Amino acid sequence: MASAFEYAPAPESRSVVDIAPSYGLFIDGEFTEAADGKVFKTVSPSTEEVLSEVARAGAADVDRAVKAARKAFEKWSALPGSERAKYLFRIARIIQERSRELAVLETLDNGKPIKETRDADLPLVAAHFFYYAGWADKLDHAGYGADPRPLGVAGQVIPWNFPLLMLAWKIAPALATGNTVVLKPAETTPLSALFFADICRQAGLPKGVVNILTGYGDAGEALVTHPDVDKVAFTGSTAVGKAIARSVAGTDKKVTLELGGKGANIVFDDAPIDQAVEGIVTGIFFNQGQVCCAGSRLLVQESVQDEVLDALKRRLSTLRLGDPLDKNTDIGAINSAEQLARITALVETGEAEGAERWSAPCELPSSGYWFAPTLFTNVTQAHTVARDEIFGPVLSVLSFRTPDEAVAKANNSQYGLSAGIWTEKGSRILAVANKLRAGVVWANTFNKFDPTSPFGGYKESGYGREGGRHGLEAYLDV
Amino acid sequence: MSEQNRLGVFKTYKLYVGGKFPRSESGRVYEVTDSKGQWLANVPQSSRKDARDAVVAARKAFGGWSGATAYNRGQVLYRVAEMLEGRKEQFVREVAAAEGLSKSKAAAVVDAAIDRWVWYAGWTDKIGQISGGANPVAGPFFNLSTPEPTGVVTVLAPQKSSLLGLVSVIAPVIATGNTAVVIASADAPLPALSLGEVLATSDVPGGVVNILSGATAELAAPLAAHQDVNAIDLTGAGPELAKELEIAAADNLKRVLRPRPAEADGSDASTDWLAAPGTHRLTAFLETKTVWHPTGALGASGSSY
Repeated sequence: MASAFEYAPAPESRSVVDIAPSYGLFIDGEFTEAADGKVFKTVSPSTEEVLSEVARAGAADVDRAVKAARKAFEKWSALPGSERAKYLFRIARIIQERSRELAVLETLDNGKPIKETRDADLPLVAAHFFYYAGWADKLDHAGYGADPRPLGVAGQVIPWNFPLLMLAWKIAPALATGNTVVLKPAETTPLSALFFADICRQAGLPKGVVNILTGYGDAGEALVTHPDVDKVAFTGSTAVGKAIARSVAGTDKKVTLELGGKGANIVFDDAPIDQAVEGIVTGIFFNQGQVCCAGSRLLVQESVQDEVLDALKRRLSTLRLGDPLDKNTDIGAINSAEQLARITALVETGEAEGAERWSAPCELPSSGYWFAPTLFTNVTQAHTVARDEIFGPVLSVLSFRTPDEAVAKANNSQYGLSAGIWTEKGSRILAVANKLRAGVVWANTFNKFDPTSPFGGYKESGYGREGGRHGLEAYLDV
Repeated sequence: MSEQNRLGVFKTYKLYVGGKFPRSESGRVYEVTDSKGQWLANVPQSSRKDARDAVVAARKAFGGWSGATAYNRGQVLYRVAEMLEGRKEQFVREVAAAEGLSKSKAAAVVDAAIDRWVWYAGWTDKIGQISGGANPVAGPFFNLSTPEPTGVVTVLAPQKSSLLGLVSVIAPVIATGNTAVVIASADAPLPALSLGEVLATSDVPGGVVNILSGATAELAAPLAAHQDVNAIDLTGAGPELAKELEIAAADNLKRVLRPRPAEADGSDASTDWLAAPGTHRLTAFLETKTVWHPTGALGASGSSY
């Protein structure tokens, strides 16, 4: 469909980022090859171009990195909090200075629009380091007793949907509290973590305090099961989260898990419809829907269902899908061929089960991994697309008549990470927010994040909170 | 008739489930003796079915109990202390027999157990202020984090501290609005079963606390695997059992409170239940809910409220 508004291309320059042809693992302050010499390639999801080749960590590398972190822990944890704070402030500042470079890099490696990396990811990454920097010398005041102690070595495994932001969520509180870390980024998005290693170098961070191991699931498993790891932090799928929970059973490893979600976005009939439609779009199409707290179940009151759906389809038809480096792009590429296959399979299941599919009319680029913004109507609570996390730009629409029915349907999920409420009535917001079994509730807004604000789920969305004062607890011996 | 010639009336000990006092559906009982091996009573040996029934009762009670005001929950917990105070003699006798304590030592333990209810009664309307609060986010939003109960909690009571330890693990779970399925100390369940009678007469709604006696491992296994249990407190489990149960609990990602090192060898007598408890047992079974709302603040965007 020809859009009413034609835009000239507005590409961000890639010249601000210099990607080396190959990278090693970052252990004890040095880049090093994997012990067995293995490497893998990372590609740009929007073009399938090979960006670089990175070392693939194995169990021996995990062991080496944990040893380095253990050695560094002694001095790092003994530093006055005020000194640790200054390192974190330095890192925050360097991130700000290099944020354009990092935003372009993240967009290249992840496939998400530059608009999002530039305006959402990078500012939040810097903000997280600033926020936790300030905690480092104030831990006595955090409410966990006087002089709370760090745990030791933190093994951290993060996903590919917000590579650098998830790194910040994990590393900032760990370092502020005096722990040292071994972090494994996802195999499809290893680059920004390696650039972060360079930021650690620029900041003069002591060797071994931060170690980065690029690799696959086997490296992650070796890391979380390593006997000398004191704290495990994982963000990713519920299935892997359960496996980790089993693997740490009977140990004294402290664990936080940020897992899947199937967020309900509830639109009442008195909601400001235009704002709600924007919120629905942000809720499920931000980062191509590859967000654990995405509002992937739209619960709309029956009396306004047609109006909302019409407005929503109209809005989706104006979203611009394509080159993630173009500043006008709203929808970028799906992160990998595997993820695209998963989304496609779930959408086919939805159709086979009788839900009605509608996709925004848009042309998909010929190379790369793409999926048009899609919604399902005629969905019941029993449908797979209403129950399983799709982790893609796919919205399932259900309706309700009463607030109680909305709450019951919203809570009818194994997950409990996020929810949205759209209504002009304040008492309804508070009453419904009270009854929702979800860790984050956005009222008349959606997908907002801030380092001061704890984030995490109920039920099978995992346990523990990241961000805010609550986020400290996961890294302290309390 | 003089006291010496009078034949005592034994008590038939029963479970406490859903506010009622059933026998085990299995019809099984086992013999409980005092610390010297003297017969005290036959108590129900609960089955897996009893455990599942207790979860149903606890789930049913959860909505009302978690929805009650914190002030109300505090009153109810304080009422438990009042009722326990009135029955002190009985508990001193039972604790002395169960733990082989002198009468005066047992009396001190019972006093401490009563005081613990009072302590937790005072926490119900404070924990939200201590563990929640406003988050100063960088944007035009009102953003509040509040703690909420996680749901139905399975509690493996300490094996040695039959009353004080028991109260120390139950009270924090229900103070925060959760409901509990409690597996009493296997060898010393009498104070626990009698506590059920106290709870039944003290305004605690039926189903909020459910008490089972029997073999800890046998009862804990189905509860750790139960899809409608939200959390498990493993205090009363030895290291092997605790590990096994934690693995089972991962299936629906239950919140797990592991035994502390002092408890982990099963010799929880080494745990100082008399010491000040701290808040970790309160916060272990809380979720943090963060609610965002636009403030419509007049900011750079020039938007108005």
